Order: sequence, then C-alpha cells, then structure tokens
Amino acid sequence: MTVPADLPDWVAILTSVLVLLGAGLTLIGTVGLLRLKNFYARVHAPTLGTTLGVGCVLLASILYFTVLQSRPVLHEVLIAIFVTITTPVTLMLLVSAALHRDWDEGNGHVPMQPRLGPDTKEQE
Amino acid sequence: MSAQAILVWSVAIAEFLLVLAMACAAYRVLWGPRAQDRVLALDAFYVSGMILILTFGIETGDTVYFEAALVISLLGFVGTAALAKFLMRGETIE
Amino acid sequence: MTRWMPYPILSAFLLGMWLLLNQSLSPGHIVLGSIIGVAGGLAISTLQIPSGRIHRPLSIVKLAFIVLVDIIRSNIAVTRIVLTPGRKAQSGFMTIPLDLRDHYGLAILACIITSTPGTVWVNFDSAKGVLLIHVLDLIDEAAWTDLIKNRYERLLREIFE
Repeated sequence: MTVPADLPDWVAILTSVLVLLGAGLTLIGTVGLLRLKNFYARVHAPTLGTTLGVGCVLLASILYFTVLQSRPVLHEVLIAIFVTITTPVTLMLLVSAALHRDWDEGNGHVPMQPRLGPDTKEQE
Repeated sequence: MSAQAILVWSVAIAEFLLVLAMACAAYRVLWGPRAQDRVLALDAFYVSGMILILTFGIETGDTVYFEAALVISLLGFVGTAALAKFLMRGETIE
Repeated sequence: MTRWMPYPILSAFLLGMWLLLNQSLSPGHIVLGSIIGVAGGLAISTLQIPSGRIHRPLSIVKLAFIVLVDIIRSNIAVTRIVLTPGRKAQSGFMTIPLDLRDHYGLAILACIITSTPGTVWVNFDSAKGVLLIHVLDLIDEAAWTDLIKNRYERLLREIFE
C-alpha cells in the first residue's frame, strides 16, 4: 500500500478508525452467525455487517478518495442505497421461507399463523 | 509511528478481520444444519467479500474496485433472493 | 403526474444514479441520464403501481435521523449479546397490533424493522392488522411494542396518511 506523504494526519486516522470499526462489526456479525443457537436468532447477526459494517467502510472510502483526488467522490453512496434496500428484502424472504419449511415439517417452536404468503396469492 | 503508517496497518488488519468473517460465514455455508442457515450465511459471505473489496480499493487507491463491489452487492441480492424463493416453494420461476 | 413522468421521484433517482455512476455533471450525461429516468418511469408505469402521497416531507428527515440513531444503538446491543460468553438466547416471536394501513408506509416500516439489528419483520396480517416480528433480545415485550408504535408508526402515519 502506498499512502501519499501529503495526506493529512486526521484523514489517515479517521479512515483507519472507520475501516477497523466496519471490519470489526462485520466480523462480530459473522461470529454471531456461528454462536447463536437457532436459525431465527441467527438472522439478526449479519445485519451488523450490512448496516454499520458497510456504512463505516463506505464512509472511510468516501473520505479517503475525496481527499486523495481532491474532488468529491460520492459514488459509494450507491452501494449504501442498494445494500439498505436489498438486505431487508432478502432477510424477510429468508425468514418467511424458513417459517414455511418449519410449518411443512410440523416443528412446534414457531408460531402458527394463517398461511398468508403463497395461499393468498393463489386465490387472487 | 506516523499517521500514514497507522493507516497502512489498520487497512491490513481490517482485511484480516474480513477474511476471518468470510471464514465464519463459510463454516455455516458448508456445515449449516439446515438449508436456510446456508443461504443466510451465503448472504453474509457476499457482504463480507464486498466490504473486503472496498478495503482493497482503499489499499490500492484505485476506484475500479468500487465497480466490482457494486456488481457483487447486486449479484448477491439476486442470488440470495432466488435461493430464498427456492426454499419457499421448491421452484424459482413460477 | 404528467404523461411523460408518471413517477417523478423514480425518474429523479435514476438520473442521480446515472450521474453518480459516471461521476460527472457534464450536459451530455445529464441529457442521457434524463432519458434513462423518463424511460425507466415509463417502463415501471406498465406495472400500474399505486402512487403514494407524502404529506409531511420534513418528517422524513426526522424519521431518517431517528432510524440512524436506533441502528447505531442496536448495533451496540447486538454486539454485546454476541460477545457475552455463555449468554442464553432469549429470542422469540411477538405480535404487535398496527394502525398503519398505507402500503408504502408498511413497506418502509418493514425495511426499518428488518435493517435494524435485533428485530426482523416476519409477517403482517392485513385483515387483522397484526404484525409478527422476531426479536433477538426478548426480555421486555412492552418496550419493543412502545418503540415500534410510538417511534416509527406515529411518524409514518404522519407522513403517509
């Protein structure tokens, strides 16, 4: 890695902190994926990486490249928008898929709800 | 230790942490007890990989990595959504 | 809206995305991005999505700020849960009655709840108006109900209803 010598100190320090914070939160999220006991608890773990994990690294990237190229570099905002829109959709799909599988297998620890998803769709 | 050296080291440490995160997610993909655990872990794997590529971008000072990260985030979403749909119905295209 | 711009917000978003991707504000890219924005709006209009109406634009800023603060707070909470050794998981499902009926409001509430670490939107029974969520740290059910009803739902109803 080559850091230009004229990079201001505060930019270097702030970028370091943000990158480490983002990477650390992502790691904690995946450690939670290993440590939590059942699927529905594990669903919560990766959201650490997809909210503040991505956010901190993107902020670091925006800051670093804006100073490095001495013009506003903002295209990282796009990744932030895509990730915030897509993560809830995938998680909600996954949870409802898991619920349907548990209902099909007759597992007792999930709440019984009228089947809203596919059945109502077929009636339409 | 200068601030620039701190930046070099923390980016290297961050990359190491992200590789560890990908390893944790890979464990669940390979040995997850049920299919939904594997899909969830695959999503986390994608996200960690995307963040890793963003830190590569900071390391090399090259914005070309941004496009790779964008493509990964979009493909990861489509892949996970398709897999979740498959888990729900046993078929992807209705 | 007008015939050529059925969804002005979507068109503006597409234009902004195009300018960000190309990282330029040159007139050529603005023209190209505007064409993409109008074409995207027209393409989406064949799906006939019901158009929503935003009543209080300023409340959106307030809501975004609240959500940002809550995401940071719940990141810390979930980090603590994951890193505490030998902690027994107290996660579970819970139901919350909602008064919000607007489709866009519900969609945004779903995104807020799911992307905040510690809570996941599971199901919404639109006939009864009962929301089913899964909470990682289910010690105080009333606190979660209070959070969702008073912090998010009230603002969302102000914005959309």
